[in-house]
Amino acid sequence: MIGIVRPEKANDVLEALYRADVRGVSMSRVQGHGGELERVETYRGTTVQMGRSEKVRLEIAVSDEFVDATVGALCEGARTGEVGDGKIFVVPLEQAIRIRTGDTDMGAVTPVDKG
Amino acid sequence: MSAQIDTGDTAWMLVATALVLMMTPALGLFYAGLVRSKNTLNTFMMCVAAIAVATVTWAAVGYSLAFDGDGSIVGGFGNAFLNGVDFLPREGTRIPELVFMAFQATFCIITVALVSGAVVERMRFGAFLVFAALWSVLVYAVLAHWAFGGGWLQAGGTLDFAGGVPVEMGSGFSALAAALVVGARKDYGRQALLPHNAVYVLLGAGLLWFGWFGFNGGGGFSTGSSSVLAFTNTLLCPACTLVVWFTLDLIRGRKVTAIGAATAIVVGCVAITPAGGFISPGWAMALGALAALPSYAIIVWRTRTRVDETLDVLAAHGMAGFFGILFIGFFAEFAWNGVSDGLFYGNAAQLGDQALAALAGPAYAFTVTFVLLKLIGLVMPLRASENQEALGMDVVQHGEEAYVTGEGAILITPESGIEAELPVADIA
Repeated sequence: MIGIVRPEKANDVLEALYRADVRGVSMSRVQGHGGELERVETYRGTTVQMGRSEKVRLEIAVSDEFVDATVGALCEGARTGEVGDGKIFVVPLEQAIRIRTGDTDMGAVTPVDKG
Repeated sequence: MSAQIDTGDTAWMLVATALVLMMTPALGLFYAGLVRSKNTLNTFMMCVAAIAVATVTWAAVGYSLAFDGDGSIVGGFGNAFLNGVDFLPREGTRIPELVFMAFQATFCIITVALVSGAVVERMRFGAFLVFAALWSVLVYAVLAHWAFGGGWLQAGGTLDFAGGVPVEMGSGFSALAAALVVGARKDYGRQALLPHNAVYVLLGAGLLWFGWFGFNGGGGFSTGSSSVLAFTNTLLCPACTLVVWFTLDLIRGRKVTAIGAATAIVVGCVAITPAGGFISPGWAMALGALAALPSYAIIVWRTRTRVDETLDVLAAHGMAGFFGILFIGFFAEFAWNGVSDGLFYGNAAQLGDQALAALAGPAYAFTVTFVLLKLIGLVMPLRASENQEALGMDVVQHGEEAYVTGEGAILITPESGIEAELPVADIA
């Protein structure tokens, strides 16, 4: 599952995911363009329209029964109600492998107790 | 001889004035490193704004209220708009009053900038400009008059070499009031709000220390013994604070931290500010070591409270200034300063004078700042909306970003036909 959210809401999203018992997230900073109003900035007389805005992209691999909970958590954490809150894409996952153990699929996305 | 200009004194004071002015952008760098990246420019700009606003108010009325005449509470309007401030020596010094005025102006500027540390990341820039203008006159100029301009504290015998009362306690306790009135940042205590660039913080602290040689070394308005003493103490005292701070960091967290070190430099410089020209080098080193303790304790305690005095102006400036002012009462030494002894050398009365200043200065600064901000808050909003705070004050208040990439930026020219849409600040 891929979620694109506002950077300022990223912490709220992580909190919501944690509460939904979803562990295991990759985050990256991306720049994107959706439907939101563009910012106008001026640097020494050079006025520019910032066509892209900063977003945070979360990649989360979950088993089927966790899909709804994860979508719910993403929406709850990321929503402000203004244009530009982001998107969630749920995509099928062909295979998942945990590098350390070689576990595949369900075993690879289920957190293990540390220690 | 009293009405003569000394070229050596004047030359040093010209340099010292420039050194102290540099401290304000240095503080901007220090503060900017301590906030999140989306607020870098706004935080720095508050310091730049202090230069703009406080210089104008100082020239208009601030200097006059602080240094015209020896009224007990405030000075007069005789030097308003720099009337009569010229090449003749300032009374009690051998430097032209113009230089004296400029030197004192740089003190007013940095004090205003210091207070901004309490309200960064959420106070509206416009409201800060209004606050800075009024605060520089109503709080700074009055406290400067008390301590330097012949007001009741100075007349009563309080010793304050380079601004423990107006600059350090004035900013520190005003910062506490400002933090209480403006309120905490929306995510304070809920999310980790971390410094975004520790290198800025260290570089800013280093430049502050460099400038502080002008601040304390110029506090005697001469190249005489007291200035030499204060100058050297400005090296010794913060170094001792650093050593103790390292130790405290080691005990608490098993690691010596960089931002802790930068804080220690400031605390040490602050502590020696009031005492610089009054205590021996040995006691200056002791002062540096001891002053670390209360400031460290306040920083540890403050972050556990709901008071979002964001950049710990109270701990670094208020507390260390308070400590330095009291320290004079114990360890001032006539043999070194030619003015007065402290309790330790048989003059208990000096401690009383110092304690009076240590109570009156903070009380005045806190009360007036609190009321002033409440009044400004009736006329205009003090803080940005939650939405704006989330976006970051840089883009909202200034329409710029500190770390802009330029990727995907479309140039707006009259020919391009792209209508400049409303900046984010107007829609959020």
